[in-house]
Amino acid sequence: MAENVVPRVRVPRDASAGESVSVRTLISHPMESGMRRGSDGNLIPRQIINRFTCAFNGAMVVDVEIQAGVATNPYFQFDAKVDQSGSFEFTWYDDDGSVYTETAEIAVA
Amino acid sequence: MTQTRRQFVGNGLAIAAAFFGLPHIANAATLEEAIATFTGGSDAASDGITLIAPEIAENGNTVPIEVDAPGAAAIILFAAGNPNPDVCTVNFGPAAGSHMVSTRIRLAGEQEVVAIARMADGSFKQARQNVRVTIGGCGG
Amino acid sequence: MTGKTLLGGVAAAGLAVGVAGIGFADIRTGDSLVINGDLAMITEAPAPEFLQDRVTTIYSGWVFRTDETRAMQADDFDNPAMLYAEQGLTAFETAMGSEGKSCASCHENAESLAGVRASYPKWDAEHGAVQTVEMQIIECQTERMGVAEPYGYDSQAMRNMASLIASVGRGQTINVAIDGPVAETWAFGEEIYYTKYGQLELSCADCHENNYGNLIRADHLSQGQINGFPAYRLKNANVNSVHGRFRGCIRDTRGETFAVGSPEFVALELYVASRGNGLTVEGPSVRN
Repeated sequence: MAENVVPRVRVPRDASAGESVSVRTLISHPMESGMRRGSDGNLIPRQIINRFTCAFNGAMVVDVEIQAGVATNPYFQFDAKVDQSGSFEFTWYDDDGSVYTETAEIAVA
Repeated sequence: MTQTRRQFVGNGLAIAAAFFGLPHIANAATLEEAIATFTGGSDAASDGITLIAPEIAENGNTVPIEVDAPGAAAIILFAAGNPNPDVCTVNFGPAAGSHMVSTRIRLAGEQEVVAIARMADGSFKQARQNVRVTIGGCGG
Repeated sequence: MTGKTLLGGVAAAGLAVGVAGIGFADIRTGDSLVINGDLAMITEAPAPEFLQDRVTTIYSGWVFRTDETRAMQADDFDNPAMLYAEQGLTAFETAMGSEGKSCASCHENAESLAGVRASYPKWDAEHGAVQTVEMQIIECQTERMGVAEPYGYDSQAMRNMASLIASVGRGQTINVAIDGPVAETWAFGEEIYYTKYGQLELSCADCHENNYGNLIRADHLSQGQINGFPAYRLKNANVNSVHGRFRGCIRDTRGETFAVGSPEFVALELYVASRGNGLTVEGPSVRN
């Protein structure tokens, strides 16, 4: 498991019904590409976040398939439509099988 | 074995080409194949999709990219000059508030960034932009 | 050549650059950096008195960067360096060492250290020496917390903690003392700044005083200000320490570098920090 993998998300605290809100996500992860060589001259095995999903109250917002071309500490910003109060569920999938999750609440008036 | 200067230079160039030239050709083929895999060989229109990338990236390690394709079901991003040109595929779900995504990608040198959107009706749109990557003055 | 004799020649050259404004054609000055929409930074300021005959205006490294890199620093969520400051905060609140104390046991919270970054390196009367933030952290660990193996000077844990301490001091105007008990160390730092190192025979001043704004290959040379440190560099996607950067600079002159935490680098850090007196603490910043 990669060390110190910490997800961060930011969504507005509140919104009006039907509004499109900006969602920003970042996770600390080295995104080891599998193409770099270590100091011993051997290839460092690939270990990346290979998939990221965001759902709102169970409905998919985005589902991203990720390759090694995404930079260290993967960052995604997108918009979500919120019809009622609820929670965002964010999930990151690591090559090593680890799954990192985060949630965020939003109040919709 | 004796070797003339001309032969020597020629050999050198061939070796250089083997090192530096062929990968580009290979990449071009890989990119077109990768695009075809996504589009199934369909043509992609260039309207209705916006790709925002810096003209000059200060470092190829972290290049901010934004793609907006209203009505897209999915957007795929390619970096034509990377060893593996496929960067990421963003699938939009029913709760998406737009069909825009912003991320940070890696670029192995100056190259073309390609965004292709698969629209809800099954058609495709694409945008391309060349990004120059600064070679830093100091490794630091 | 000694530092002193070099100083005279450099003074004239520096003035020439200032007057001609060489290389500033494609650097956009005059923009302001406001972090999170409410924390205003001073990225350009009149040079401190001692520098006035060589440099009239001091610029944060932020000024020399592209729009994309600048923008990344303007919001704590977009700034990847804040990930490391957050890890520093976790360590700050975690007990370590035989005394069972955390940093928070004595300092309550990180914000109570808001004034630290702007005044360091500074004189430590107890030790009779100039101390950097890193040295102070090691001192706390070994002398107050009973930590047998304190953070390595340039370790990830140290850079995380230094990022935290810089982050809470952002916006404070750098005001490093250069006289009194630190005068000798400061003068030593100045001498190093103007000494040419390595096979390429480059001094700090050659690049960062006489050629800031000019291109070195495809990169804009900055003034080498350290108000943005620790700095998240796009090139290694991690926070970098002042001494780590110094080491890189000297290595790039093809010289033998001083060690991180060495008296030479401590003196150089004091001197370089003082050249930024008047700018604000920006660390952890984003640089190329």
